[in-house]
Amino acid sequence: MAPKQKARNPELIPGVGKVSRSKMYHKRGLWAIKAKNGGKFPVHAKQEAAAVVEEKQPKFYPADDVKKPLSNKRKPKPTKLRASVTPGTVLIILTGRFKGKRVVFLKQLTSGLLLITGPYKVNGVPLRRVNQAYVIGTSTKVDISGVDVSKFDDKYFGKQVEKKKKGETEFFEAEKQEKNTLPAEKKDDQKAVDAPLLKALESVPDLKAYLGARFSLKAGLKPHELVF
Amino acid sequence: MTFKRYVEIGRVGLINYGKDYGKLVVIVDVIDQNRALVDSPDMVRSQINFKRLSLTDIKIDIKRVPKKKVLVAAMEAADVKGKWESSSWGRKLIVQKKRASLNDFDRFKLMLAKIKKAGVVRQELAKLKKEIPA
Repeated sequence: MAPKQKARNPELIPGVGKVSRSKMYHKRGLWAIKAKNGGKFPVHAKQEAAAVVEEKQPKFYPADDVKKPLSNKRKPKPTKLRASVTPGTVLIILTGRFKGKRVVFLKQLTSGLLLITGPYKVNGVPLRRVNQAYVIGTSTKVDISGVDVSKFDDKYFGKQVEKKKKGETEFFEAEKQEKNTLPAEKKDDQKAVDAPLLKALESVPDLKAYLGARFSLKAGLKPHELVF
Repeated sequence: MTFKRYVEIGRVGLINYGKDYGKLVVIVDVIDQNRALVDSPDMVRSQINFKRLSLTDIKIDIKRVPKKKVLVAAMEAADVKGKWESSSWGRKLIVQKKRASLNDFDRFKLMLAKIKKAGVVRQELAKLKKEIPA
């Protein structure tokens, strides 16, 4: 980096500069700019003021003054990931129907939730979202470079909203049966994500069996002393 | 029941309490009834209470309060590290440390290895049992 340029008018005491007004005028070279521009300081042409639209008075307004809430421009950020949780890490899920399962972490979604996959063939965990708080990050990492996860976001996992029909009960049952099966597209997505992962798993001995087994605390294990 | 490990200049001890827990140190001088001056290649020479010290079988040949360089050379010559790591006490500590540092995947692999070994042992036992006339 170039050495820091000296301040033109260093502050001796707060509010008192070293150089006087006239000397500063000379230092800034305003005389040269004026000379270049024929004795006058160059000025931007005045911008035309935008035409003022006449606002009509509203017909109805509340009798008392309504207080406006203070504006909040805060944009929430996705949760900060723990240092132990990086893409490709094996995670242990602690709650839910997959508790104890060891699973591969793919990426963090914009909502802050973690995108994980079993892989499905290995332990039955599909592409899923999981909260960082209910997860232990192990120090085992899987090579995730061959996997393309760009198409997955929170909307992909959101509940599909179907229009409710005020029909008879028979109608309802028929509809319910349709919804229970997974659309083929999601199955293909699962396969597409898992294929390169499975290859990466094969390269490390015992890793597949490791992911297929559930984690549990046995006698003598102390979680606060365990290295994960 | 006599004593075999004495507090003397050159006795190697293991610190069993405090900031330097687990370090092997050499007694370099005795200060009084309770304290000794100890030193080790990776620490500053300091005093320590005997209660914080566990004596080992290893002893090196040094004069009272040697210079650090002389101490390090004497430790190398007597191969304190080698003797310690081949002693059963030293080996136990190494195993303890290794076990504590195993990560989850390592523990899984260990479990598989244990099962495999038990299987092999059981097979051999079955063979031997077969040979015994019923």
